[in-house]
Amino acid sequence: MISFHLNGKNTKVDADPNTPLLWVLRDDLQLTGTKYGCGIAQCGACTVHLDGRAVRSCVTPVSMASGRQVTTIEGLAETLLGKTVQSAWQAVDVPQCGYCQSGQIMAASALLKEHPHPSDSQITAAMDGNLCRCGTYNRIRTAIQMAAEQGGAK
Amino acid sequence: MNADQNASRRKFLKDSVGLLGGLVIGFYLPARSGRAYAADAKPKQVYPPNAFIHIAPDDSITIVVNKSEMGQGVYTSLPMLINEELEADWSRISVESAPVAAVYNDTRFGMQLTGGSSSIPSSWEQMRQVGAVARVLLIRAAAAQWGVPEGECHAENSQVIHAVSGQKSSYGKLADAAAKLPMPENVALKSPKDFKIIGKPMKRLDTPEKINGSAKFGLDVYLPGMLTVLIARCPVFGGKVKSFNADEARKLPGVQGVYQVPTGIAVAATGFWPARTARDLLQIEWDEGAGATLSTPAMFAEYLELAKQPGAVARHDGDTVQGFKHAHKSITAEYEVPYLAHAAMEPLNVVVDLKPDQCIIWTGTQAQTMDRAAAAKISGLKPEQVEIHTTYLGGGFGRRANPRSDFVSEAVQVAMAVGHPVKVVWTREDDTQGGNYRPMWADHIEAGINKDGKPLAWKHTIVGQSIVAGTAFESFMTHNGIDATSVEGAATLPYLIPNLQVELHSVKNEVPVQWWRSVGHSHTAFVVETMMDELAHIAGRDPVAYRLDILPSNSRYRGVLKLAAEKSGWGKKKLPAGHAYGVAVHQSFNSYVAQVAQVSLENGKARVHRVIAAVDCGQVVNPDGVHQQIESAIVFGLSAALHGAITLEKGRVMQSNFNDYPPLRYSEMPQVEVHIVASSEPPSGIGEPGTPPIAPAVANALFKLTGKRLRRMPFDQENFA
Repeated sequence: MISFHLNGKNTKVDADPNTPLLWVLRDDLQLTGTKYGCGIAQCGACTVHLDGRAVRSCVTPVSMASGRQVTTIEGLAETLLGKTVQSAWQAVDVPQCGYCQSGQIMAASALLKEHPHPSDSQITAAMDGNLCRCGTYNRIRTAIQMAAEQGGAK
Repeated sequence: MNADQNASRRKFLKDSVGLLGGLVIGFYLPARSGRAYAADAKPKQVYPPNAFIHIAPDDSITIVVNKSEMGQGVYTSLPMLINEELEADWSRISVESAPVAAVYNDTRFGMQLTGGSSSIPSSWEQMRQVGAVARVLLIRAAAAQWGVPEGECHAENSQVIHAVSGQKSSYGKLADAAAKLPMPENVALKSPKDFKIIGKPMKRLDTPEKINGSAKFGLDVYLPGMLTVLIARCPVFGGKVKSFNADEARKLPGVQGVYQVPTGIAVAATGFWPARTARDLLQIEWDEGAGATLSTPAMFAEYLELAKQPGAVARHDGDTVQGFKHAHKSITAEYEVPYLAHAAMEPLNVVVDLKPDQCIIWTGTQAQTMDRAAAAKISGLKPEQVEIHTTYLGGGFGRRANPRSDFVSEAVQVAMAVGHPVKVVWTREDDTQGGNYRPMWADHIEAGINKDGKPLAWKHTIVGQSIVAGTAFESFMTHNGIDATSVEGAATLPYLIPNLQVELHSVKNEVPVQWWRSVGHSHTAFVVETMMDELAHIAGRDPVAYRLDILPSNSRYRGVLKLAAEKSGWGKKKLPAGHAYGVAVHQSFNSYVAQVAQVSLENGKARVHRVIAAVDCGQVVNPDGVHQQIESAIVFGLSAALHGAITLEKGRVMQSNFNDYPPLRYSEMPQVEVHIVASSEPPSGIGEPGTPPIAPAVANALFKLTGKRLRRMPFDQENFA
């Protein structure tokens, strides 16, 4: 059994410790907001927070989460920052197909936690690992800037 | 997705109107061309059990959308069309995906299909009619209750109002009575000057679900007792299993079974991870077949040789032989354009629950009618025993409208073998290497100009596979040996050239090919618009002025070209040192797009800083949706222009994932400006037309920067350092 704090709740799973956290979240816990895109940390669709930092859950063995805080898109709105980022995404109407957006929002909120007022180049560096085939990148940048202005990250 | 909720929805749709306690409106418009039915909007056949609108007693309204939402915004734009006439409270509208039924067929394709940038053009008349009929019935029901003339009542914000007496009633209260009234024969639609919703930027209805993780894609469907299945497919297209050993795979915890299916060896397990791990342990000997001889360089050499031979004639104006004899200057060029994978962010997946008398499928498909027919044929059931639940699509780009129903067919075959509900998941590698690519193409163009610089002769020969060959589309999309999708954008060249010939060689091989956002235009726009730039150059003319000189005077190409030039400051704006503009203009799906790309070189590679786009797509339903689609189409086209190539060596695909098939990233993203040409023409496509012009616009800018013509895609093959 591996236990961790998932979106603020104690969670125990009976899984092979090498199983990527992504598949424990999806197949065992049915938290399907975290997406599978590539399986090799190339696209960021699977981004979750481990102790507040963005990680690619597709290459993070579940054993690494043991005893730690895991936040997924489903739990993001529990923080002011998370809510601020989501409402900026809503205001800018960012998503198209929407499949990558959980990962985008998780990456953006981790960035804003670390840098409440990120520069353009900090945004690019933090978000460069998150792919979007619908090409929503410019709207994502606008939404991140809007969230930074609204200052959820205090 | 909650299976119970869906079951209840099916029940609602199948139930008779009287049992619903609500109003259900359905129409069937026979398939005709858009223009034909706009001119002749009667008579309509009514199928009451099918529905687009459900008004509940609490005034909530559900609109059933017969198009797949894959990012293009149909879950917002189609309800906008309905509500322009329905006059309902927009904040109470929610959307459901349609089941498979004739009533939900595309009015042009005659089947349920989302593709060809057709959703708005084919729904423009139909959905406004749907909304208008509902409104008329609601008004009629209210007028009857109040005993007042119908003409004295009007509808507003989900209410029918009799202004004279001050009486009001909500749609939810009137729905029962309205549902019992006969369908009106002829309902006049609003004049565009009275539009309240159409033409206004509207927020997407699907955004709230897509920012909190609750939107359900195919991969998010979980059924009780369901097994996850991964399939080992032959690394060579057309290959078959010769023998296999699954002893090691079967030992792995979580593995429930290993099965031979027509497409390979299927591993069924309790989840993705054990299925994937076990698949790696399979030992399979393949009979690779003829596909094992295919290698990209040899294929291009063969294609280019063929491009010098006479092909099937797709267009013939004047006499090119005489034209070239009299030309002042002539040039020839050869082009190579590779296979491309669609690489939607959500890899392909299908959930199938196969029962003795029913086959229930959950998947993000663009092609419900074809997929249902394929599932019925394979399972031995009748089409009406096959149910398809269309989830959100994590990108489509054409891949999810497979003319052979490849992913759905395979999943039904797997369900038959496994005997449990199954979720067949393609890994990213499976998706990248799974074929059904945009075809690779080789082109040969000879073009000659007069002394005055204007083109006199143009001969364009195209070589590549036909997308529709061997599919249900072949009979009506292929004429005289010409697949219309192979030559679109080339045979439809708009420029005034007196002697013009376009020829085609349709080659065959084992690689399955398919439509990819903008289909033939994705290749032809690059070829013809870079060549047009060459002609402007040898004529010593400005590329915009040259094009305007040789476009017909009434052409809609002119409007977008002028607007893009004006907004970009073409010929006027001083660009930073080392930057250049390139331009291209193209029509696809009856929409016109011009783009100016501002490009520089960084470390010997192209860096695109800014794209100014002008679009004429007729009347606009949701301007913000148009902006989104053009932004999106540019990124899609730029990914391919700079990086995209699927290549083969001995039949094996050399790319596997986003590391070697890289889409555009943030750090490469240009600024994008979109300008819309005001138009009163009927709406035309918007999902695809933004893609074709970006590659030639960038290539033409690169020529200005480097003096080198780019005639091969992708551009990152070249090093300009």
